[in-house]
Amino acid sequence: MASAKEMKQVLFGPIFANNPIALQILGVCSALAVTSKLENTLVMCIALTFVIVLSNVSISIIRNHIPSSVRIIVQMTIIASLVIVVDQLLKAFAYEIAQELSVFVGLIITNCIVMGRAEAFAMKEKPGMAFLDGLGNGLGYSIVLLTVAFFRELFGSGSLFGMQIMPLVTEGGWYTPVGLLVLPPSAFFIIGGFIWVLRTFRTEQVEAKE
Amino acid sequence: MATKNDTIGKTFTVIILLCLVCSIIVAGSAVGLKERQEANAALAKQGNILSTAGVDFAGRGAEAVFSERVQVFTYNRETGEVTAHSSMIAMENALAEVRVQSVGEGDVAGVRNMRNELPVFAVNDENGELQSYVLEVRGAGLWGMMYAFLALESDGQTIRGLNFYDHAETPGLGGEIQNPRWRSRFEGKKAVDDDGDVAIRVVKGASSDNEVDALSGATITSNGVDNTFQFWLSGKAYGSFLTKLREEGAI
Repeated sequence: MASAKEMKQVLFGPIFANNPIALQILGVCSALAVTSKLENTLVMCIALTFVIVLSNVSISIIRNHIPSSVRIIVQMTIIASLVIVVDQLLKAFAYEIAQELSVFVGLIITNCIVMGRAEAFAMKEKPGMAFLDGLGNGLGYSIVLLTVAFFRELFGSGSLFGMQIMPLVTEGGWYTPVGLLVLPPSAFFIIGGFIWVLRTFRTEQVEAKE
Repeated sequence: MATKNDTIGKTFTVIILLCLVCSIIVAGSAVGLKERQEANAALAKQGNILSTAGVDFAGRGAEAVFSERVQVFTYNRETGEVTAHSSMIAMENALAEVRVQSVGEGDVAGVRNMRNELPVFAVNDENGELQSYVLEVRGAGLWGMMYAFLALESDGQTIRGLNFYDHAETPGLGGEIQNPRWRSRFEGKKAVDDDGDVAIRVVKGASSDNEVDALSGATITSNGVDNTFQFWLSGKAYGSFLTKLREEGAI
């Protein structure tokens, strides 16, 4: 059994020390697409964490039986099935949010973070550790997305979780929203800022000059 | 271990077992949740129809209010026949039997295909008096089809409400078609004039009575909304129904 320190490392490592988006620059597509509103982002984060945890655990359980020639297909099949289940659950229990997230839930299948963890971690480690690794990476993904969504919704629409914080000029208030922030490319700037702040505190993440 | 796993027999066994397990899980979730999902979709639609007509259903639930206040019809745009249906589900089942036809020429809204039978929802007020008709319309926007309900007063001319309940326009720009303030500008405008010509327009710098200012930064979306009116209120779609309403007073 892995030591407590090792477990802590696997669980909390991906949040700041080895963040899948900020350090590995994976899963950026959905970080751009679903971060214009915090509510949608939160649901997306929960969906991705759910998928990554379960895919890690199930792949880890059968890791000693997966033929290496078809291992990617096996991983994809498991991930795709889980994503469909999540999509069905959202349509049944969070219909309106599912309508807004639409295709992006399905695109979790191609999210590099899920595939990456399955291939790099779950294929080698025991289910318990794979569970922690999935949870840690899900949290690492979530923290970046929620940060991006926080800024985009606050300054792009003047609200948080749909609650109007700064009344908009168009609705008789004083705040003129930053139009750029409602468009997906603005997430690039915020992710860039996130990485900058992160690397200011964790200088070991700064890449050596070529 | 690795070599043992890579035999053809083992590979097939693993793949087949995996597919079996996964398909059971996927099929199970799809079938098990289907009823709930359909109920959600129907409920959302009923809520949208009611809110377009300005009916407050808070506290009582859309379903109960819908069944009490709304009568469901379909209008045949070729024969002019009006058919009553017992419920929205019944109407949808009936529509599923009707052939979808290509619109062909004059498809300004990019609709492509439609049925001859068009849904009409007649909404009553609290006293059971006819209050408005809700029509189902759609038109191509910038990113995809924009689906809307259009509520007309019982005169079949004045717009009571407009609600783009499903669209893929850019949030903050084209997505503003759902902004209550913009939507409210349509209220009271004439959808069609006394001759049955489409009167409502969405233009930059609206000046006359039946013009609504286009959304800034969303020209294609605004044009799409305009085209939606031009198409659905014309003789190709609901036009003859509205003429019938003006001439006969009711359906």
